[in-house]
Amino acid sequence: MKPVIRLHSRTAVLVDENIDTDRIIPARFLTTTERNGLGKLCFHDWRYQPDGSDNPAFPLNQPQARGCAILVAGRNFGCGSSREHAPWALLDYGIHAVLCSEIADIFRNNALKNGLLAIMVSEAEHRWLLEHPGIELSIDVRDEYIALPDGGRIAFQLEPFARHCLLNGVDQLGYLLQHADAITTYEKSLEKAA
Amino acid sequence: MTAKTLFEKIWETHVVAAETEATPAILYVDLHLVHEVTSPQAFSELRERGLKLRRPDRMLATLDHSTPTLPAAANGERPYANDEAKAQVAQLETNCREFGIELHGWDSADRGIVHVIGPELGATQPGMTIVCGDSHTSTHGAFGALAFGIGTTEVGHVMATQCLLQRKAKTLAIHVDGKLPDGVGAKDLILHIIGSIGVDGGTGHVIEYRGAAIEALSMDERMTVCNMSIEAGARAGLIAPDDVTFDWLKGRPHAPSGAAWDEAVMHWRALRTDDGAGFDREVRINAAEVKPTVTYGTHPGMAIAMDAPVPAARNVQERRALDYMRSEAGKPMQGTPVDVVFVGSCTNSRLSDLREAASVLNGRHVASGVRMLVVPGSEAVRRDAEREGLHHVFTNAGAEWRVPGCSMCIAMNGDLAQPGQLVVSTSNRNFEGRQGKGARTVLASPATAAASAIAGRIADPREYLTQEQAA
Repeated sequence: MKPVIRLHSRTAVLVDENIDTDRIIPARFLTTTERNGLGKLCFHDWRYQPDGSDNPAFPLNQPQARGCAILVAGRNFGCGSSREHAPWALLDYGIHAVLCSEIADIFRNNALKNGLLAIMVSEAEHRWLLEHPGIELSIDVRDEYIALPDGGRIAFQLEPFARHCLLNGVDQLGYLLQHADAITTYEKSLEKAA
Repeated sequence: MTAKTLFEKIWETHVVAAETEATPAILYVDLHLVHEVTSPQAFSELRERGLKLRRPDRMLATLDHSTPTLPAAANGERPYANDEAKAQVAQLETNCREFGIELHGWDSADRGIVHVIGPELGATQPGMTIVCGDSHTSTHGAFGALAFGIGTTEVGHVMATQCLLQRKAKTLAIHVDGKLPDGVGAKDLILHIIGSIGVDGGTGHVIEYRGAAIEALSMDERMTVCNMSIEAGARAGLIAPDDVTFDWLKGRPHAPSGAAWDEAVMHWRALRTDDGAGFDREVRINAAEVKPTVTYGTHPGMAIAMDAPVPAARNVQERRALDYMRSEAGKPMQGTPVDVVFVGSCTNSRLSDLREAASVLNGRHVASGVRMLVVPGSEAVRRDAEREGLHHVFTNAGAEWRVPGCSMCIAMNGDLAQPGQLVVSTSNRNFEGRQGKGARTVLASPATAAASAIAGRIADPREYLTQEQAA
């Protein structure tokens, strides 16, 4: 994974609460055996009209939302299935951060492992962000704050290990593999108990 | 000795390296379940990195999500939704062969939905840690196992190391006191619970379901309850194992046998929350208040008794959900016209679910214009159901009796509803488009699904059950 240290972008807003992973990428596209190229399927049934043209009512199709890498979404974003295709699709679409007052556990875990900043902010800050689409934000992963256009800051907390991995591009599988001896010891203790 | 919760007991016996402020715990995984949809990219990663599976003997694979539920043609060709689905299934077959994983594929007498066959084979056991690249892994918590869904990156972690990096979750006790009324079942209960605590009411927590009404449930019913823990956002759902659990598991192929069985049961009996152990949160539910329950919106938290008025939208999202569902505030869901009825999924495709639907359907016919699909959860369920003649009850009623699989729960195998159609479904998710683009899903119990199929409208199953059946 490439290190993710800061992210600067305008925000796009999806006010809907409980945006589930089926809305992020519908299940019928999960027959893929690849993890790349899913951006064109992101928010598919919301984003396109039945004839395949862009749905003008989908907020991310608005001209001012184009190219925004930071998504401010309604509460409980990413609920539903464990499909990692959801963060893969968002990243390929160009979304590199999701800001929300609450993010579903499995989605958040999957997102951070792929360098997608899934960041929880307080309800008041969340409300403010939802009400101010299109503002320029700078997310600082090292010092855990979001810089606002007026110089103000929103502090946030990432799980310390996830933050460490983001900052240093640490491969978590590599980290686990370093503990092979401890795993072997544990397995031996299981055999002994049996 | 400090009093501990069931979750803490299972957690502590699986810690390979303890959690610190800077690093999560390394947690050992006893059983890793695999299916075709969330594993291919993990196998690819293993190959790219030249890694082996650490413990293929702790893995169990099946084909369920992308598989057709219509039988193979005479030439053996199966009616896959598309070539990609066919290739995905073939890839899991190749991966399992190459890496030496027990696969219950097309040729297995035990193939089925991953969360149905794990328990059936006795691979799911009390006190275990169980993971799968599937959020409904919470099902296995019904056996007192700590079981949760993971993403594909983590599937790769478990393949290579048999471990996961985990922060300890918080605990939520849901006490269900009293007794469920006659004709009201586990599905009604869990929909009622999610309707009470909300679609994110369990986020960050492992739920332990407790109390007299939980202890009174059969294993199939406990699985239905634990299955939908994720629909309240919970990491996992747990029920302490008891004699119901042990009787159910005894003699199954992967369960211990002989002296090892007795010893296992002795250990399993200790798997319960100690008196005085504290939970981070507690919720009390009165079972006597639960009625036949259905959803009226586009997430499982939007659930109410079918005869209760649909609540008015409190915000723009709820307005959108009601509009999508064409649900009318102030009117009950009961009586809503139905197009499709689906009985199946890892929530409700076990033998007792099929019996429940059949007991309502028995001798009656699906309303004209309604399509009903019954999809058993596994080949074993199919065999048992056919031995009892349940398939005749379904086909005589005009329903379709299918080959096991996830089918219309996730609608990625070609089994789906058309835009605008209303589906009464025994599955677990009523998200927009979940059962087909534009399809409207109402989650319900197998009994409610069957009653609604007969009536052509959402109907109370108690009207169709004889006095003896209802009792």
